[in-house]
Amino acid sequence: MSDELLKIDNLVKSFDGNTILDGVSLSVKKSEVVVIIGPSGCGKSTLLRCINALEPIQSGSITLDGEVIERNSKTLPALRQRIGMVFQSYDLFPHLSVLDNIVLAPCKVQKRNRDEAKQEAMALLERVGLSEKAKSYPRELSGGQKQRVAIVRALCMHPEILLFDEVTAALDPEMVREVLDVMLDLAKQGRTMLIVTHEMQFARAIADRIIFLDNGKIVEEAKPDEFFDNPKTERAKQFLNMFEFDSVKARDGLDK
Amino acid sequence: MPDLVTELGIDVLFKGTNFLRLLGGLWSALSISLIAVAISIPLGIIMGVLMTSKSRIIKAILRVYLEIIRIMPQLVLLFLMFFGTTRAFGWDISGETASIIVFALWGTAEMGDLVRGALISIPKHQYESSEALGMTSAQTYLYIIIPQTVRRLIPLSINLITRMIKTTSLVLMIGVVEVLKVAQQIIEANRMTSPNVAFGIYLTVFVLYFLACWPISLLAKYLEKKWS
Amino acid sequence: MDGEVIMSYLPLYGEAALLTVKLGVIGIVFAIIVGLFCSMIQYYKVPVVRRIVSVYIEISRNTPLLVQLFFIFYGLPRLGIPTDAETCGIAGLAFLGGSYMAEAFRSGLESVDKIQTESAYSLGMNRLQTMRYVILPQAMSVSIPAFVANVIFLLKETSVFSAISLMDLMFTAKDLMGMDHNTVECLFLLVSFYLLILLPISIVGTVVERRMRRAGFGN
Repeated sequence: MSDELLKIDNLVKSFDGNTILDGVSLSVKKSEVVVIIGPSGCGKSTLLRCINALEPIQSGSITLDGEVIERNSKTLPALRQRIGMVFQSYDLFPHLSVLDNIVLAPCKVQKRNRDEAKQEAMALLERVGLSEKAKSYPRELSGGQKQRVAIVRALCMHPEILLFDEVTAALDPEMVREVLDVMLDLAKQGRTMLIVTHEMQFARAIADRIIFLDNGKIVEEAKPDEFFDNPKTERAKQFLNMFEFDSVKARDGLDK
Repeated sequence: MPDLVTELGIDVLFKGTNFLRLLGGLWSALSISLIAVAISIPLGIIMGVLMTSKSRIIKAILRVYLEIIRIMPQLVLLFLMFFGTTRAFGWDISGETASIIVFALWGTAEMGDLVRGALISIPKHQYESSEALGMTSAQTYLYIIIPQTVRRLIPLSINLITRMIKTTSLVLMIGVVEVLKVAQQIIEANRMTSPNVAFGIYLTVFVLYFLACWPISLLAKYLEKKWS
Repeated sequence: MDGEVIMSYLPLYGEAALLTVKLGVIGIVFAIIVGLFCSMIQYYKVPVVRRIVSVYIEISRNTPLLVQLFFIFYGLPRLGIPTDAETCGIAGLAFLGGSYMAEAFRSGLESVDKIQTESAYSLGMNRLQTMRYVILPQAMSVSIPAFVANVIFLLKETSVFSAISLMDLMFTAKDLMGMDHNTVECLFLLVSFYLLILLPISIVGTVVERRMRRAGFGN
């Protein structure tokens, strides 16, 4: 068996006649961190949603460790347990406390012992600095805290791969860092991760490989340093230029 | 097919003026609700505006009125009006009059609450921003508040009309001759010749009420969607 | 008002009130079952059945209970569906209330954000687990005010049961008025007994609604 954990082969997804993903092929190895970047509407979030079979696909295949991920298949819930996902909007269950949010699926889906699950949840909360919030309800947390809990909730299912869908995009700027730090920590532990983000500095720091997606196609695929310093395609250059604010100010300074 | 029609007692409808009589009965019920609606709407608007007034006493009185009307089944209110007033005040009012009074009292209360709800649903910043634009309070109401209130109000008031129509079926119980009463009379007269007449005639009444209410609820739903 | 007359009528009214409550409660339980079933069908957009459910809801909401009862009680037996008055009353209340409950539950279900379903699915929950642990608890709390309003509405609607000769409060009042002409006492007891049944629920409803409005979960 190869060390390819997730394999996407020639994935095509369209909606209302618009092609959103146009023949995307991609694989993620064990312990690899892959970051997908690209302009809004390029299909990167849709790609993650397809991996978790939240969206129907038109052709191509997605496999996790050789098992096909398919909508409406009997094995889907079991496969989804092996894939952790964190969304952009706060997706915590508002009627459950932080701790219950985390242990709900381990107890009800994996039928694990409640005390054991709670112990693990507390240890994970401790690790993201939120152990004192265990009894709080989601509405009492800040955006950054909610996202950290959402990450812990995904981790507690012992997933083999984690999908992050722009998890900091809805956060106030001062809360972005605390969430990204948790993700960096996960990368250090050797977790397999597939991340969609707009945080370029972070992408560079965390990624083993960058995928640049535009108009539903993979335009460029490279090591982070290579991609950010020396993008090969015109599209990637244009895209990266959009994040260049500092140079303008520096030039202003020189003009003086 | 004609066998089935006879079997179900639907043929009785086409004997003599039976169907017209049923329609006439429906009209008696409908006209009671229409008169009551015509009285309730203006009174309800006044009541709703008063319910948002600053006076605590007025508010409390209207609230109590609303709650009393609301908690009692309409049939109990009809009994009170029809049997109670005769006894207590010596009035001898007809079933129709009693029904119209009760439905108008009830409609005013419900309409008042709808108006109150629509008025307080307008966010405070709507008042503030029109004041900030230099509008007088009359202008604020005329151009900003009333148009928004009306849009919220119309679908709900239309719904109130269907509720009113459905509730008029109760007037049978205080002896008003309306569609159910006519139905009973027709069934009584044809029981011997057409044993299943009860099925056909009551089915017809059922359908008639549905046809009276359904278009009105569709309109309310349509307006609600359009204006939301 | 004559105290002795009132005392002598009390047992009759008590019995009638019990019948009203009994039929009301059973009818409402069935209405809840019908409503849950219909709202689930609509929520999951089950093909064909969904159309039938919306036709039922339109019919049920646009006809008066009294007319529904007359049809069930006097009409249906002609087709060889024999029904006693109590069953009819319960069936009528369930037929009417089912659609009102369905609307209350549906608006609750629809108020739960789609992301909740998605995150439950992504944690490996199946449809049933997602509905039971994630959607329903949130939907229920949104539906509660409409639900309580429906319960009160349906209990009030039972007042037409006397038309199919069930000896409920209305029947008893009318019967006694006709016999003894103690109109004032009869009406006084009628109002008092309805208040006895409806006031507590109405107060509970107001309290619950206020609490719901004040805060969501976690307060």
